Amino acid sequence: MLTWLSLLFLALFSGAAFMAGRGRALKAAGGATARLHSLPNYYGAYAALWAGAPAALLLLLGAMFGGRVEDAVLQAQRPAAVSALTPDRQNVFFSDVQAIASGQAASEVAYDGPLRAAFDAKVVEARNIEGIVRYSILGLAGLVALGGFLLVIPRVNTEFRARNRVEGWIAGVLIACSVAAVLTTLGIVLSLIYESWRFFETVPILGFLFGTEWAPQIAMRADQVASSGAFGAVPLFAGTFLVMMIAMLVAAPIGLYSAIYLSEYANRGLRSTIKPLLEILAGVPTVVYGFFAALTVGPLFRAFFNGIGEQMAGGPLDGIAQYLMQVQNQMALVAGVVMGIMLIPFVSSLSDDIINAVPQSLRDGSYAMGATKSETVKKVVLPAALPGIMAAMLLAVSRAVGETMIVTMAAGLQAKLTANPLDTVTTVTVQIVTLLTGDQEFDSPKTLSAFGLGLTLFVVTLGLNIIALRIVQKYREQYD
Amino acid sequence: MTDAVLSPGAPAPKTAPLTAREALLKKRHRSEMWFRVQGIAAIVIAMIFLVVLVGRIVVQGYSTFETHTLTVPVYINPERVDVTALEGVNYDYIVAEALMKKLGVQDDDLGTTSAKIMDLTSRDFGFQLLNKLKADKSLIGKTVDVTGSVKADADLYYKGEIKRSTAEVDRKLDNQQLDWLDKLRTDGTVKAGFNTKFFSNSDSTEPEQAGVWGAVVGSAMMLVITALIAIPVGVMAAVYLEEFAPKNRWTDIIEVNINNLAAVPSIVYGLLGLALFINWLHVPRGSPLVGGLVLALMALPTVIIATRSSLKAVPPSIREAALGVGASKAQTVFHHVLPLAMPGVMTGAILSLAHALGETAPLLMIGMVAFVPGAPESFTSSATVLPVQVFIWENASERAFHERTAAAIIVLLVFMIVMNAAAVILRRRFERRW
Repeated sequence: MLTWLSLLFLALFSGAAFMAGRGRALKAAGGATARLHSLPNYYGAYAALWAGAPAALLLLLGAMFGGRVEDAVLQAQRPAAVSALTPDRQNVFFSDVQAIASGQAASEVAYDGPLRAAFDAKVVEARNIEGIVRYSILGLAGLVALGGFLLVIPRVNTEFRARNRVEGWIAGVLIACSVAAVLTTLGIVLSLIYESWRFFETVPILGFLFGTEWAPQIAMRADQVASSGAFGAVPLFAGTFLVMMIAMLVAAPIGLYSAIYLSEYANRGLRSTIKPLLEILAGVPTVVYGFFAALTVGPLFRAFFNGIGEQMAGGPLDGIAQYLMQVQNQMALVAGVVMGIMLIPFVSSLSDDIINAVPQSLRDGSYAMGATKSETVKKVVLPAALPGIMAAMLLAVSRAVGETMIVTMAAGLQAKLTANPLDTVTTVTVQIVTLLTGDQEFDSPKTLSAFGLGLTLFVVTLGLNIIALRIVQKYREQYD
Repeated sequence: MTDAVLSPGAPAPKTAPLTAREALLKKRHRSEMWFRVQGIAAIVIAMIFLVVLVGRIVVQGYSTFETHTLTVPVYINPERVDVTALEGVNYDYIVAEALMKKLGVQDDDLGTTSAKIMDLTSRDFGFQLLNKLKADKSLIGKTVDVTGSVKADADLYYKGEIKRSTAEVDRKLDNQQLDWLDKLRTDGTVKAGFNTKFFSNSDSTEPEQAGVWGAVVGSAMMLVITALIAIPVGVMAAVYLEEFAPKNRWTDIIEVNINNLAAVPSIVYGLLGLALFINWLHVPRGSPLVGGLVLALMALPTVIIATRSSLKAVPPSIREAALGVGASKAQTVFHHVLPLAMPGVMTGAILSLAHALGETAPLLMIGMVAFVPGAPESFTSSATVLPVQVFIWENASERAFHERTAAAIIVLLVFMIVMNAAAVILRRRFERRW
């Protein structure tokens, strides 16, 4: 609230600075604007920028990091009673102090004796520190704003190159914005690597990449009965691969054939109706596909396989029949098929672009030799478009590997090393979701393993994309 | 074939290669046909998938928009109401009493009948009575009309989802309860109507009280944050890269980087949000703020790519003309090029926001899966959004929630269709062809 108010006040001050800068420039010109180097508004804008921008940045940084400063100051001095606690308990103590100081619910730990006294003292201290930090940031921001204003206003005269200065600011902001995209990548890479590194300190990286047992449940307390945790990710990779293969078996032929038909055979009318319809299929959120898979396709496939099993029961293949009768709703096949449906428009529109990029002269040459349309497509267009289509398929594979909601809702949670599409499997993305949903503690290998999986996922999809983009680029150059 | 017409009496050996050629031609035409059929089949299959997907959801969900409300005159028995402790009164029982009177049945000592009746009405009746009494204590001893939903199971029976033909042990309501429900409907106590509660209520543990309002508000707040960050930053980044940047190694790196970022799986952005915003910057978990930040990072590359392509479409003559009359580079871009590219920019921005609206996976990582009964009050309080609400309800065990899940999907799809239609209209109406 305080931050918002101060930002509002700062905006008003900056507006006043604008008027002051503009007014001073006009006065210096003596009413003849032509005598000014720049338009009057640029003088105003220059004053407003110096009055507003640095202070706003300061307030923003204060809102982002003020809390951390408060924590650091508060925890710098630890009373003896607190220092005697284990590090975990110390953390709980300080988070409780923060909670009480800011009027939120604390944990249910009871403090008594010297600890209680220390607690109450720290709560008071926390409130004081919070006030000091907040008001000092505010005061500093006010000084910076006023300083910027006072620095700039005297410099305004007819010779002053206000436009060039303002455009310098604009260029700076533009560069900062485009660096944001790089910072995002950097943030992804650094956060994944940092957390994964902490994970690989407890679990060896080779054991993670080549181990065949995945059981991340770890005992939270010493007296609990639970496995000690196994972090072999091969079953997850296998599950991901299985689902991805099924999805591609559905999406690749349907997507490719419809792209060929739309670009080579269909007339304008058909094209302009089918393409938007395919775009609808592409725009449906994945959680909707997940719902469709879990409540429509799953039960349907289960009933189908159970029905086949009942027909075959008692026959020569009784073993298979018994298995089919026990098939459950959650299976790799369901997730794969629905994911395939999701990928159809993706494959189709990418292939469509690539087929359209094949020069018409190639087709004309083929027709002139007496080839039929399908022969032209099969023997001329497709071979010419092959690298591009391979790239499109790679991009689709990368989408399939990173897709989360469909598999979370339809594939299952059991980590099994199987190639049977009727079995429940689990994928890398499903495990990331299940490991990180709900409460997490950031030092258990269970939570950190999600970052290890995330890093693997990121590296694989990034690799696929780079290869695919390279292929497309090379291929485009060929015909340009 | 023309040869055959010209020389009808041609000797046999001459026709033999002809038929062979004809056979080959036939074969080629057959394979042409076959190829064409395959293409049509692929499109038909894709369309069938679309129809089945949308059709199934509409069929599963449309019944949510109808609901059954029950109006009953309730006698507020002074013996049962303790004026000093209004909160502690068993209002559900008072409502059940009124219904028992209406149905002409008596409660037994164990209260089985009243318990069965309470299974038919929403707990909402009790809360309504409590609120009425809190407002006006003089109602005690009088009879007031109360209107509310029937319980989800009763609603499903009225809609034909629970059938009398199912064996009694397999359904949640027994024959006696079904008889009562039939009686209440025939005497006009229960009426069917449009389900306004689904749009005005937020999430609830009772299906008949659960609605999408909180999720819609949460989604809107989150999209506001996303739009406020992704659109300005994305557009400015694109303007720099397209109009100002020198072509060198650094800008090449930025460009490749953006193309790759657009294809990073959304769940990875969730991991980034968890590590960066929640763990490092201590943004409140599950709030519209943190959700909007994560989705903004995700939408950024798409906005940049769309903006760049519409800036590219503005012909260089515009720039040259502006520079020619003495405008500076910045004036050229901001006074002429960017306004001309704006329709394309806005189309791209709306489409990427529509995509962000449907995103679920990264939000699960940043703690948006909590049960939130109510619309979020501020950008930092915990919230739920439409796609996550779909995910939560899909996991609920009650059958009535499945119906609501499909209805929430319909609401979500309507929002997406509106946004996409807006983008298409914008493109059609304002796009210039040079």
